[in-house]
Amino acid sequence: MALFRISPPYLAGTNRVTLQMLQVLLAMVPAVIAMVYFFGPAVIINIVLALVVALGVEALLLKIRHRPVKPFISDGSAAVTAVLLAVAIPPLSPWWLTVTGVLFAIVFAKHLYGGLGYNPFNPAMVGYVLLLLSFPLEMTTWLPVLSLADNPLGFTEAFHLIFYGETGAGLTPDAVSGATPLDAMKTQIGQQIQPDLILNQNLFGFVGGLGWEWVNIWFLLGGLYLLYKRVISWQVPVAMLTTLFILSMVTQWFAPDITGSPMFHLFSGATMIGAFFIATDPVSGSTTPNGRLVFGAGVGALTFIIRVWGGYPDGVAFGVLLMNMLVPLIDYYTQPKVYGTGKP
Amino acid sequence: MNQPLGDFPGGLKLRGHKKRSTQTPIRKTPLSRHLILPLQQHIGAAAVPVVEVGEKVLKGQRIARADGHVSVCLHAPSSGTVVAINEQPIPHPSGLSAPCVTIETDGEDQWIARHPVDNFRAISPHEIRQIIRDAGIVGLGGAGFPSFIKLNPGVHHTVDTLLLNGAECEPYISCDDMLMRERADGILDGVEIMQHALRAREVILAIEDNKAEAISAMKLALAARPHLTETRIVVIPTRYPTGGEKQIIQVVTGKEVPSNGLPIDIGIVSHNMGTAYAVGRAINHGEPLISRIVTVTGTDVTHAGNFETLFGTPISELLAFVETRREPDEPFILGGPMMGFNLSGDNLPVTKTANCILVGVEDAAPKTEPLPCIRCGDCASVCPASLLPQQLYWHSRAKDFDQTRDYNLFDCIECGCCDYVCPSKIPLVSYFRFAKTEIMNQERERKKSDLARERFETRQARMEREQREKEERQRQRKAALAASKAKKEKEAAAETTAADDKEN
Repeated sequence: MALFRISPPYLAGTNRVTLQMLQVLLAMVPAVIAMVYFFGPAVIINIVLALVVALGVEALLLKIRHRPVKPFISDGSAAVTAVLLAVAIPPLSPWWLTVTGVLFAIVFAKHLYGGLGYNPFNPAMVGYVLLLLSFPLEMTTWLPVLSLADNPLGFTEAFHLIFYGETGAGLTPDAVSGATPLDAMKTQIGQQIQPDLILNQNLFGFVGGLGWEWVNIWFLLGGLYLLYKRVISWQVPVAMLTTLFILSMVTQWFAPDITGSPMFHLFSGATMIGAFFIATDPVSGSTTPNGRLVFGAGVGALTFIIRVWGGYPDGVAFGVLLMNMLVPLIDYYTQPKVYGTGKP
Repeated sequence: MNQPLGDFPGGLKLRGHKKRSTQTPIRKTPLSRHLILPLQQHIGAAAVPVVEVGEKVLKGQRIARADGHVSVCLHAPSSGTVVAINEQPIPHPSGLSAPCVTIETDGEDQWIARHPVDNFRAISPHEIRQIIRDAGIVGLGGAGFPSFIKLNPGVHHTVDTLLLNGAECEPYISCDDMLMRERADGILDGVEIMQHALRAREVILAIEDNKAEAISAMKLALAARPHLTETRIVVIPTRYPTGGEKQIIQVVTGKEVPSNGLPIDIGIVSHNMGTAYAVGRAINHGEPLISRIVTVTGTDVTHAGNFETLFGTPISELLAFVETRREPDEPFILGGPMMGFNLSGDNLPVTKTANCILVGVEDAAPKTEPLPCIRCGDCASVCPASLLPQQLYWHSRAKDFDQTRDYNLFDCIECGCCDYVCPSKIPLVSYFRFAKTEIMNQERERKKSDLARERFETRQARMEREQREKEERQRQRKAALAASKAKKEKEAAAETTAADDKEN
């Protein structure tokens, strides 16, 4: 084998985009299993539906844009977007909600900007926020943990709910869904209930929302795997989690009535998936080492602010999108010091 | 003495593949029938031939003289007859031809009279530099910059450290390794001369820690010269591109060469081990540079090894000598797999900068279409200059050259680490070279137009000045005329008055 590329270097490492995306998908598997364990098989239905739509639309758009379909469809980026969005959408959402979100993410947030590598905003979060703004009710009710459910749903019932709006027995999603722990926390704090008392309710576990804390722990472990494999860099998750921790600690210090503990914030809602899987999206995030610290810290701060003072129970998606806007600025002002130059 | 080593950011741990070519001692390549000698084998102006077609030449005879300051001489590598002085294909990435002197060897290999220097300490650094220049010595690490210039600190600098670069960090290459193992004493001869020429306070011989045998050979040779108290061997970690001049300086001294500056600006001069050996031969034996050690290796080479090869030997003969599975006209790499370039001509000669000929590599970069940049930043994390290749790529691609300069494009050493790790397999270095060339072209154009404008403005100013002077002269003339006229009238009037007076 002496076929060389035209220009040096003639050696190449084994790093590939596809490989990185597959690692990301692999790292999400334990958390997805935990979600299925706590919220039932509807999660799987959502993921499969999102994957099918995402890959189909991706292929179609590549065709329309006269791009080679095979290398781009196999890069795995559409699959990652689909899975991230699917696990963020409430499991029993009607099928058209998932489809709308995925379509918007792939078509508008990704391909209209030029496809892989050119999207300034995180596609999955664009899809998610579109749904959140357009269908707030559907997007903020979640299945209770199976152990708390009056009528735990099997696969068939979940399938019926998603595609026909009700089970064979006539149950609708409203009847089986409720508030998420973060939502419950926010609403009840609004009703002047002490966070400590709220946490004693059966919706909550040992540190965060019941079930949710385990999902977060598995996302954390998956994220550590990605760090170990060097698919993501440490700056974003560390900065985001540290900021969230410090802000909630300081806030709890001065105003214990308005929010939960630092640990509650770390292990509730989308914190861990956000820190390791969403805010670490390289395309829409900052690309310099110090910029990533700023970016992560910004996402952490915005998440906390929105959770405590904003109109939505969770703020990761907004935090990520808002920080996406600042990326060019951050990148410009965080250039590393170049060899032999005094200038940074 | 054992000061802690510095470090450079990024870099790669690459598999060395050095054993492939270090199993046998250095061998001599058989004398070729024809030696093709490009007149430019160095950075600077091409040498000017001083022989004619048909002239008989002896081994070591000067066949071309240096032209201008940045240039060196060229010598006949063996005795024979000059059969052609014309354009021949040369080993250059452009694939272009350039003027060459072709010698048909007579097989006698008869030396011209040599004039060794008995005691180099008795002659001045200036004389040493002159001998080195006349011996045609250039940096043998790959760049080919005339060595005598780098042995001249000039009046404004004092040299603290002479750094001998024995890192040889690119995979597969082992010519310096073998040279150190087998000719450590010869290297030290040259090192002493270099130190004398530079009046350097200390000498550091930096060798990567994957060359245990070379290190012990050098240590042994150094121990035999107890008078070299300020010379020491520093073993540095094996990491690509630690052999880059800026990187090895950073590792050994912890200092950084200023951007747009030279190592001499921080009191350091670095030379390659092979260059030191050549300097020793030139001064102590009176031998000009007519051969070098070439590593011939690669996955398709049967008898890989290091070969002392006369300049001008066709690479195809060298490849035939080592036996390869290469098809005729199949490309091979000249230099290392990270920074070399590929060639495919069969009749290309070995030149002063040909350190390695590589046929077949493992983990070869695929020839696939690159994917878009996903801004993962892996390139930035391996960049030894702490650049942001992803941003440089973005702006180079957009031909936004001002931005590439803002992002310090010209501090890129083109080591290729970014290419190596890129998950999208983007040929980043090619983009950077393109941008550099474009900027330099623009710069040239700008200088040209600046010169033209300056010329025009000067001419304009001159013409205005001349116009003014002309007007001034006219005015003066007029004034003078008017004055004399007035004077005359006055005189005339005075005369009339006088006449009137008389009459009265």
